[in-house]
Amino acid sequence: MRSYLDVRGRPALAWVGVALVAAALVALPWVLAGIGTAWVRITNLAILYCFLALGLNIVVGFAGLLDLGYIAFYGVGAYVYALLASPHFGIHLPFWAILPLGAALACVFGVLLGTPTLKLRGDYLAIVTLGFGEIVRIFLNNLSSPFNLTNGPQGITLIDPFRIGDFSFATTQQVLGNTLSSPIKYYYFLLAVLLVVIVVNLRLQNSRIGRAWEAIREDEIAARAMGINTRNMKLLAFAMGASFGGVAGGMFSAMQGFISPESFVLVESIMVLSMVVLGGMGNVFGVVIGALLLSYVPEVLRYTVGPAQKAVFGRTLIDPEVFRMLLFGLALVLMMLFRPAGILPSAVRKRELQRRTDGG
Amino acid sequence: MNGTTEPLLALQGLALAYGGIQAVKGIDLTVGAGELVCLIGANGAGKTTTLKGICGLLPARSGKVRYAGDDITGRRPFELVRRGLVMVPEGRGVFGGLTIEENLAMGAYIRDDRAAIGQDIERVFTLFPRLKERRRQTAGTLSGGEQQMLAIGRALMSRPRLLLLDEPSMGLAPLMVQKVFETIIAVSREGVTMLLIEQNARLALEVSDRAYVLESGEITLEGEAAKLLHDPKVRAAYLGETA
Repeated sequence: MRSYLDVRGRPALAWVGVALVAAALVALPWVLAGIGTAWVRITNLAILYCFLALGLNIVVGFAGLLDLGYIAFYGVGAYVYALLASPHFGIHLPFWAILPLGAALACVFGVLLGTPTLKLRGDYLAIVTLGFGEIVRIFLNNLSSPFNLTNGPQGITLIDPFRIGDFSFATTQQVLGNTLSSPIKYYYFLLAVLLVVIVVNLRLQNSRIGRAWEAIREDEIAARAMGINTRNMKLLAFAMGASFGGVAGGMFSAMQGFISPESFVLVESIMVLSMVVLGGMGNVFGVVIGALLLSYVPEVLRYTVGPAQKAVFGRTLIDPEVFRMLLFGLALVLMMLFRPAGILPSAVRKRELQRRTDGG
Repeated sequence: MNGTTEPLLALQGLALAYGGIQAVKGIDLTVGAGELVCLIGANGAGKTTTLKGICGLLPARSGKVRYAGDDITGRRPFELVRRGLVMVPEGRGVFGGLTIEENLAMGAYIRDDRAAIGQDIERVFTLFPRLKERRRQTAGTLSGGEQQMLAIGRALMSRPRLLLLDEPSMGLAPLMVQKVFETIIAVSREGVTMLLIEQNARLALEVSDRAYVLESGEITLEGEAAKLLHDPKVRAAYLGETA
């Protein structure tokens, strides 16, 4: 990693690089809007997946705890926002009040999941977390009677968008002669939050807490012998990962305006885990790249597979939706064959894999 | 022991069990400050169980563990490390994916004095020159003996008052066992109090000041290590000689 970003002694070059990237990120939604507003929405969802992947990376990549029910925390955050900012209960709190609440409740759920699973590892932990994810989803599906909390499978509609004073994220308006559409407004908001989240993750990784997680991942007994409170550190990993998911869920609610339990199924958990693994477990930038890739590739395929078949065979041979997932699966398999530690592996993982293939 | 000051570590009737199986049946044991004491015994005698009981990995059925004047029975491992009671786990338990330097830095997890940590790493390297040559290599690439040295060095990084060593000779080639025991003597000379748990009775008795013999969860013999080394019962049972 260091070699890519090593600009020490060349600060001017570093600032030029930062400025270029910043300019590209600012210009991106306008370019995408030129192709189609759908692409701005897809980008926004991709950034949400970055949040989720970074949150799960704390649990899986940093602390080494395999979690297959991570999407439950996303769901908790999404429903907290939906219930406190929609006509369902007639409550309309501002988003900056609800997002921390959603994060806090997801955090509580993280500890709820973490406490009974402290002694589990690997496969066993995976099964329990998978069950947890399903339990949350089934509750969301069924908590419509006797008291209608979640409105069941119909989900919750007409969720409030973000609003700061009179500035609503849901409407299109003219700013300095440019049309500022709703997805573009959300894009800038999400981008800003993403930058904060990335910085927090990097700081976390190099902190005392990050080192404790690293030790637990490597060898839990030895970590205890180093004076690390493994119980609290594991709970902290679950809680922090969960609260990231909770915040992402709140933003998802606001952007979509509608949520239902269907958005929080097991496949979503697996998808987020794939992003972490593909990008490079434990490497913050790798995870971001993994999330972006796995968000965009299926969408690109959605728009290209159908027309490509028509052009070659004159008709659609295979349902584009099926073919898309087939290609997607193939890409994952190839990836794991040729870069098993991920696109940007963390230094430690890279060394571990090398050691194994060297037969050491 | 001169009787006026309390020993650094004292087990008083410590009993430990796994479910219904009594593994350690109420033993008394003391380690005085600066001493190197060994606990020897055959496989399954309860040596590692005793160690788990001392450092809080296994709750005591009855009896007490006293350390540095306090009752520490039931305290959790991480609290004890902060108080200077540090264990080198059985099977070494080095962080295989981290380099030797990173392993040593992890050993100093409970400390924040950065400069002194750097000096202590160098001190460990003078104690174990082999580790210095390989400082940037991952611990997983080291031989078993080197890993054992690293585990001991890493434990020293927390500046322990009492070091508990669990079977440091396990699974090592004879030449390596010799080397590891040389380092145990060197660490002991630096003033670190140690309780050594060993199956290799001869070596353990040769390096220790005092010794305890554990048999089926009970201490059957105790005394100066040099004397036990010549005790006919010990020679017959643990040193493979006919009495």
